[in-house]
Amino acid sequence: MNRFLERHRNIIDFALSSLLRRKAKNISLLLVYTLIVFMVASTIFFMQALKREAALVLKEAPDIVVQRMIAGRHDLISVSYGEKIGAIRGVGEVRPRLWGYYYDPVNGVNYTLMAPFSQQPAAGSIIIGSGVARISRLSKGDFMVLRNFDGRPTLLKVERILPYSSELIAADLIIMTESDFRTFFAFPEGHATDLALTVGNRNEFTTIAAKIVQQFPDTRPILKSEILRTYDSVFDWRGGMVVVMLGVAGLSFLIFAWDKATGLSAEERKEIGILKSIGWETADVLLLKSWEGVIISLSAFLSGVILAYCHVFFFSAPLFAHALKGWAVLYPQFRLTPVINAYQLAVLFFLTVVPYSAATIIPSWWTATVDPDAAMRS
Amino acid sequence: MRMSTLFILVTSACVIICGLLPLHARQRQGKDKATLLANAELVKKLQLTDLCLFTEARYTRHPAMADRHAPFQDHPLALEHFPSGSLVTPPHFHREGP
Repeated sequence: MNRFLERHRNIIDFALSSLLRRKAKNISLLLVYTLIVFMVASTIFFMQALKREAALVLKEAPDIVVQRMIAGRHDLISVSYGEKIGAIRGVGEVRPRLWGYYYDPVNGVNYTLMAPFSQQPAAGSIIIGSGVARISRLSKGDFMVLRNFDGRPTLLKVERILPYSSELIAADLIIMTESDFRTFFAFPEGHATDLALTVGNRNEFTTIAAKIVQQFPDTRPILKSEILRTYDSVFDWRGGMVVVMLGVAGLSFLIFAWDKATGLSAEERKEIGILKSIGWETADVLLLKSWEGVIISLSAFLSGVILAYCHVFFFSAPLFAHALKGWAVLYPQFRLTPVINAYQLAVLFFLTVVPYSAATIIPSWWTATVDPDAAMRS
Repeated sequence: MRMSTLFILVTSACVIICGLLPLHARQRQGKDKATLLANAELVKKLQLTDLCLFTEARYTRHPAMADRHAPFQDHPLALEHFPSGSLVTPPHFHREGP
């Protein structure tokens, strides 16, 4: 056993000194390789954590949301629809939701204004998300000026700021009373943005949605399962952002592996020829080349995974923020709860380490099987 | 020190750190549970439907609520205006059609 381990240690020593002889090439290779693993691992960690967060938080979303559609577009819904929908068997509670958007030209930010059923502030006051407070530099007790539907400034007192930890769901929220909301937007009485339904039995969601569409063909019911599925598909591996990241990483890796698989450099062939001429067996040469591949790929894999974990869960993925932000000025600051499991790591390992190691061995085997003299002369 | 010893030590340390990552994740999940529950409670009270991730356009701010025509506001073949709209694919159920 000791002899076996000693043989491998000697070969690792030789492989390391061989790699260090071509220091510049191998260090740059290791850096690029680590960067690719880092990108793929960061994407996987970020998406999995966001998916988990969305699933846990949005499980309390309304069971069914009913929108009214006019000419294929979302329109205001009459509260009288709610009374009729409430009479459908199985529907518990129907609450009209009042919400809309407000563009703040001073900061260039879009806010979501809403008048919730519960947790309303006092008249003339607002509760704001911590993203709004940050962008507008507001604190509790300050006044916020918003221009109403006819352009007149409305002064609203900040009653409370929602906690920083709620930024992922409420960073851009401005909560006000129903009367303030209706006055601000000249929102017609007896109408709401949409209706939120509570249904006792989750098995009846689809049946109730079908009954709503049957009774009101101009409505569009959105089930809670669809809301949850939205975030599953948004952060799916086939989703826009993920597929771009994985595509870039995959292509870079392909170039890498192609470079390795198409053959060794003249210096490497010469080295193999010399080793064979001084008595190394083909199996020894292959073992040496395998260790060279393993040293590079394993180091890149381990450091890439650790760096990606720190990037996403300790530093809140600053590299992704720009991609997610787009043209938006208000981007929530959030710290994701880590999600990592053996399956993710195993998939990452087999996608990165195994192909590279294989791509290193094949050309070495070709060179190692030819005559040492021919290998040295080539 | 032999180079192989150094390599084995560094690699073992990295493997141990990688092995500790799931434990750290589990510990943080326990710690963040209260925050997640508070956020879920806020979602329930305010009847929220979406995460506040992309605030640049209404159909990316509320992808679950967006109507099917939202990204093509000007005409059916209009190009997408917003960067996040090209990163976020439409939800599966929107692609299934009515």
